[in-house]
Amino acid sequence: MKKEITKEAIAARHPRSPEALLSLLHDLQTANEGNHLTGADLALAASHVGIPLSAVRDAATFYSMFSLAPRGRHIIRLCASPNCHLAGAWSALDELRRSLGVDVGETTADGRFTLELTSCLGACGVAPVMMIDDEVVGNLTPERVREALARYREAR
Amino acid sequence: MRLARTHVLVGVDDEARLAGVDAVLAALREALSQFNLEGEVQVVETGSLGISGHGIVVAVQPDGVYYAGVTPGDARQIAEEHLLKGRPVARLRLPTTAPVARPAEVLGRQTRVVLANCGVIDPERIEEYIATGGYEALGRAVTEMKPEDVIEEVRNAGLRGRGGAGFPTGIKWSAVRTASEPERYVVCNADEGEPGTFKDRLILEGDPHKLLEGMAIAGYAVGARVGIIYIRGEYKLSIARIERAIADAEALGLLGERVFDTDTSFRVEVRPGAGAYVCGEETSLLESLEGKRGWPRIRPPYPVTHGLWGKPTVVNNVETLANVPVILRRGAAWYRTLGTPTCPGTKVYTILGHVRYPGLVEVEMGTPLRTLIYELGGGLPPGRSLKGVLVGGAAGAFLPPRELDARLDFDSLAERAAALGSGAVLVMDESACIVDMLGSVLRFFCHESCGQCTPCRSGTEVLVRLISSLQTGRADEATLAQMVQVVDAMRAASLCPLGQSVMLPVRTALSGFRDEFAAHLAGAPCPHCAATARALGLACG
Ligand SMILES: Cc1cc2nc3c(=O)[nH]c(=O)nc-3n(C[C@H](O)[C@H](O)[C@H](O)COP(=O)(O)O)c2cc1C
Ligand code: SF4
Ligand code: FES
Repeated sequence: MKKEITKEAIAARHPRSPEALLSLLHDLQTANEGNHLTGADLALAASHVGIPLSAVRDAATFYSMFSLAPRGRHIIRLCASPNCHLAGAWSALDELRRSLGVDVGETTADGRFTLELTSCLGACGVAPVMMIDDEVVGNLTPERVREALARYREAR
Repeated sequence: MRLARTHVLVGVDDEARLAGVDAVLAALREALSQFNLEGEVQVVETGSLGISGHGIVVAVQPDGVYYAGVTPGDARQIAEEHLLKGRPVARLRLPTTAPVARPAEVLGRQTRVVLANCGVIDPERIEEYIATGGYEALGRAVTEMKPEDVIEEVRNAGLRGRGGAGFPTGIKWSAVRTASEPERYVVCNADEGEPGTFKDRLILEGDPHKLLEGMAIAGYAVGARVGIIYIRGEYKLSIARIERAIADAEALGLLGERVFDTDTSFRVEVRPGAGAYVCGEETSLLESLEGKRGWPRIRPPYPVTHGLWGKPTVVNNVETLANVPVILRRGAAWYRTLGTPTCPGTKVYTILGHVRYPGLVEVEMGTPLRTLIYELGGGLPPGRSLKGVLVGGAAGAFLPPRELDARLDFDSLAERAAALGSGAVLVMDESACIVDMLGSVLRFFCHESCGQCTPCRSGTEVLVRLISSLQTGRADEATLAQMVQVVDAMRAASLCPLGQSVMLPVRTALSGFRDEFAAHLAGAPCPHCAATARALGLACG
C-alpha cells in the first residue's frame, strides 16, 4: 500500500518556504492512489509553505506533472516531440490504445493506467520513449510496449 | 582512483537501466571474484558513455575496447575471455567503424573538455573527481584570487551561455557582483526541456561535481552564499546523483560553511520542476522557484538585478557552469585556443535521427555541421540520403543539405538566420516529411505556450489549425502565407522568447523545403501526415 505515512509527515520533510512547494506537491501526489492532488493536499501545502490556497491551486493547475483529478495508479506519458515523432511514436501510441483500450487522457477501467501524451522527456537517445511513472521505457516497438505493460500488470 | 591494472566502465543511464544493467553488473562482479581478478580489475559504474541505441555498453580501459548490447551471460564471457585470458570478445565489439571502437581516432576528433570525465570516472565517488584535479580551481579561487579576478578570467576566456542565447557569462557575473543588494543567488538552470536535448543530464549524472565546483566558483565570484539547481522533475537519477554529490562535497568542506577553511560559504539546494518547458526560460524558472506558476516576467528588470525573491541572481545553464573549473585551472589563454575568436571553447551536441551513431558529442565551437553529421555521427545509414536537419531543437531551424557547411557557433548560425540553441541536431533522411515534422514542432509549442500573452497563446493555436489543414489536404497558398503572418506577429508582439522563436522553424521550413509544402497543397497523399491525422483524430477532406 502506498498510504502508510501521514501527509503531515510528508510535509515535515520539506522546508517551510514557497521554494519547497513543487517538491512537496510531487510527494503528496505520489502518496495518493489516484496520482492526483486532493483539496486537502492543496490546503496542507498552502499552510506548510505559507502561501494562499488560491496560489497553490494556481500553481498546481499549471504544471503538466500534477493533476487535480484522480488518475490511474500508473501514469504512462508517451513523448510526441519531434525526435520521438520521427522515430515512430505513433505506432507506439496505436499499440498503447489497443492494449489499454483507452484514448489519450483516459484511465483504464481497472484504474491501473492513465495514458498521456507529453513533450520531450530528455531521453531522446532511445526514441521513441515513454515514461511509466519514474521509469523510462525507450526504443519502443509494439512488442516493447506490450512487454512493459505486462510487467506493470503483473506487479500487483 | 584505486590502483588497478584494468578498469571496466559500465555506463549506467536510463537506457542501460531499462536494459537491465544491474544484472550485468552483478554477473560481472561475480565472475571477477570467481576468477580472482578483483584486485586487478576495477568495475566502475559511470554515467552514460555517450553512445545511444546500443543497449548496455561496457568499455575496457586502457585497452580501448567497447562492447555493446551486453547481457549478464556476455559479462561472464568478457570476464573470462578478455579480462582473464586477454582475448577481446569479437562478437560483442562495436563495429570497427563505430566512433567508440576507435577511441584514438574518432573519439580523438572530439574535444572533451566539459565531458572529459563523463564515462571515465565514477560519478558517485568524489575522490575520483578530485583525482582528476577536481575542486583545485575552487580552492585556488577562494584562497588566492579576488572575486573580481575570477570574473576577469571568465570574461577573458570569452565564455558564453550554453543555454541557448550565448550571453557572455563574465558580463552577467559582473552585473551581479556590482549590484547593491548584499543578498544574491546563483541559480543553475537544469530544466533541459528543448526537444532533442539531454546534454545537461549527461553532466548531472556523469560528472556532478564539475557542476557543483562551477557553481561554487560562481558563488564566490558574485558574492552569493546560496546556489539552487532547478532540475526538471523527470530527471530522477540526476536529482539523486547531484544530492549525493552535494552531501559528499559538504562532508569534505568543499561546499557548505567555510569552504576550504576560508570565510566563504556556499550551500547548494536542489529543486525539481514539474513538467513545463517554459520554466527553462530564466524568469519563468525564478517564478517557479518562488512557488508560483511559471509565467515569464516582463523584462527589464533583469535577473542580474531583480532575480530570485527580487535579489540579484545569476542564472546559468549546466554546461556553462561546467566550463568554469577548467577555465580557472588552465587559464583563459588556453581556453581561447579552442573554438572561434567570438565563441571560444567547445559545445556538446546531441546528434539524433537518421545517423549511424546517434548520441552525445563534444567538439570545438565552429565545427561544420557536415563534420558533425558525417564524421562524428557516422553519416546516414547506407543507401540513404539527407533531406534536412533540424538544428537547435523545436525553437531551431530546418536546414536543407546546401547548408551543411554551416559552422556551429552562436555567431555563424545567427548570420544564416539560424540558432545554435541547446545543441540538438536532428538528422532526417529522404523518407521524412518536413511538413509532418513542422506539425510536431508546432503542436509542441501549442502545448507548451504558457498562455500569459495573447499573441503566443492564440498564435500557436492558429498555427496548429493551419498545419493540420495542410496535413489533411485542405490547404492552399493562402494557408502558407497566413502561417508566415502569424509567426511574424508573434515575433513582434510575444512577451517572451518562446513565442518569439516560433518564427524560426516555420520560416526556415517554408524557405528551405518549398517544394514539399507545394506538394502537400497539390493534395498528393503523404503517408506521414496521414498517420499523424489518424493518431490525432484530425478531420480530413
Ligand atoms: C522557452 C525557453 C526555454 C528555455 N529552456 C532552457 C533550458 O532548458 N535550459 C537552459 O539552460 N536555458 C534555457 N533557456 C534559456 C534561459 O532563459 C537562459 O537564457 C539561460 O538559462 C541562461 O544561462 P546561460 O547564460 O548559461 O546560457 C530557455 C529559454 C526559453 C525562452
Ligand atoms: S510568449 Fe508564450 S510562453 Fe511566453 S509569456 Fe507569452 S504565452 Fe507565455
Ligand atoms: S523527443 Fe521524445 S524524449 Fe526527447
